Amino acid sequence: MPNTLTKSTLDINKIRQEFPILDQQVNGKPLIYLDNAATNQKPLRVIDALSRHYKVDNANIHRGIHTLAERSTAAFEETRKIIAEFIGANEVEEVIFTKGTSESINLVASSWGRKFLNEGDEVLISTMEHHSNIVPWQMICEEKGATLRVMPIDANGDIILEEAEQLISDKTKMVAFNHASNSLGTVNPVKALVEMAKKVGAKVLVDGAQATSHLPVNVKELNVDFYALSAHKMYGPTGLGVLYGKRDILEKMPPYQGGGEMIKDVSFEKTTYNDIPYKFEAGTPDIANVIAFKEAVHFINELGKENIAAHENELLKHATALLKDIDRVKVYGEAKEKVAVLSFGVEGIHHFDLGMWMDAKGIAVRTGHHCTQPLMDHFCIEGTTRASFSVYNTIEEVDQFAAALKDIIKKF
Amino acid sequence: MSASIEAVQNEIIDEFSMLDGDMEMTIGYIMELGEQLPTMDDSLKTEENIVKGCQSKVWLNANFRNGEISFDADSNTAITKGLVSLLVRILSGRQPHEIIDADLFFIDKIGLNRFIGTQRSNGLGAMMKQMKIYGLAFATQNTKSQ
Repeated sequence: MPNTLTKSTLDINKIRQEFPILDQQVNGKPLIYLDNAATNQKPLRVIDALSRHYKVDNANIHRGIHTLAERSTAAFEETRKIIAEFIGANEVEEVIFTKGTSESINLVASSWGRKFLNEGDEVLISTMEHHSNIVPWQMICEEKGATLRVMPIDANGDIILEEAEQLISDKTKMVAFNHASNSLGTVNPVKALVEMAKKVGAKVLVDGAQATSHLPVNVKELNVDFYALSAHKMYGPTGLGVLYGKRDILEKMPPYQGGGEMIKDVSFEKTTYNDIPYKFEAGTPDIANVIAFKEAVHFINELGKENIAAHENELLKHATALLKDIDRVKVYGEAKEKVAVLSFGVEGIHHFDLGMWMDAKGIAVRTGHHCTQPLMDHFCIEGTTRASFSVYNTIEEVDQFAAALKDIIKKF
Repeated sequence: MSASIEAVQNEIIDEFSMLDGDMEMTIGYIMELGEQLPTMDDSLKTEENIVKGCQSKVWLNANFRNGEISFDADSNTAITKGLVSLLVRILSGRQPHEIIDADLFFIDKIGLNRFIGTQRSNGLGAMMKQMKIYGLAFATQNTKSQ
């Protein structure tokens, strides 16, 4: 964990007022929502923006000449601009809207992979990847006769850079890894890995799903070729994500899907494709969600990512200390730098039972393999219980969570 | 003669009604029931006998004797084991056609739908299906041998 973070100055009680969902009872107990790595809750301004769009502005975007179409298009493209600024992209056109991080990665694996991967090439990922950053690469590697290789991690959950370096060679064409791990919380050394990849001319894709609402992201500074993110993990709507790609690479890539919007001209003999980003946005996009997503970014910007991270880090440190003090509890993932994800197991208690008991106490945690089965195999476990914190969680909630855990352990 | 499937379910509904819908008490009671489930011999915990859910595993073995099916079961999670014990209590020692025709209304009545709804998580729904499949299989065997 970075020790440069200052104590957060945020007024958490005020922030919580923006999240009506938090004010409810679950199984007769006040809800404590600690499943933020799966999806975090939405502030009122996002919910209101969705509602306002449908009440006032709704129309299909682009190519419409009437007023509503004009308004919707402007609002839609405004989000693209705000996302470009948020991630430090050079150009607005480098921001492509997708269904989520998974689709963003699939788009690259399918489009870039089909054109640029050849037999004998290698794609390098890490042990702690989400299935979304494993399976698309497996599929394209199989199709093209390429090989998938895996960077190992140490006992704390950090990538072993010396070994990663050994795995990178002239054969490596793509290095794909997450910015932050959904199962362990590890923040990966993007710059160091990009440097290694660039030495051999490999492209880099970063899965930013778990990073974008906590960590500073500047794709230009990081010098990544692709960056994928999900709106719903950054206080935005579900079913929406972004793929950032460098213009020169995106322009060389063939379209991912065919349909409306992605074409310039269509005849039965030949179709010419639209420019980026539209070339990769076939069909009517998720207009309302894109428009509401802007409000989620405003929310993050208003609070300040450094303040969010400072608060979440306090929660994580406090929770980690409390859990490590409880007999039979083992924490998985103690990387040098972490986002607020705390994975753990309790000796003699299956994570399913633990999750059910937590729910009975009104506490939402996630249990299972977290879509990272190879990582679970690495630790020789079936799964973990995972508590993940967001800006609206409080120290008191962490205390209640730890007390609940102690109480549950006594029952087994 | 043992109580009917309907009567056993009504007994269970009565027992759970005392918990007043309190989820912690309900889970605690389900776990207690699991502890009372007769131990399943390790030799029966084979790959073949696994009814797999996403997060918990259930082992189910069926024996057919004197026209009745008896079930042995176990789970690697305490809560699922308790749920499994309820199914065993209701359906073990029954004739194949009784199992096939059984309407398991107790699940709804004691508010355990969510455990079935998330069958991917705990394998309970899959286990109910597997018990009915055994019913069908032994019913066919019974007809053939007659």
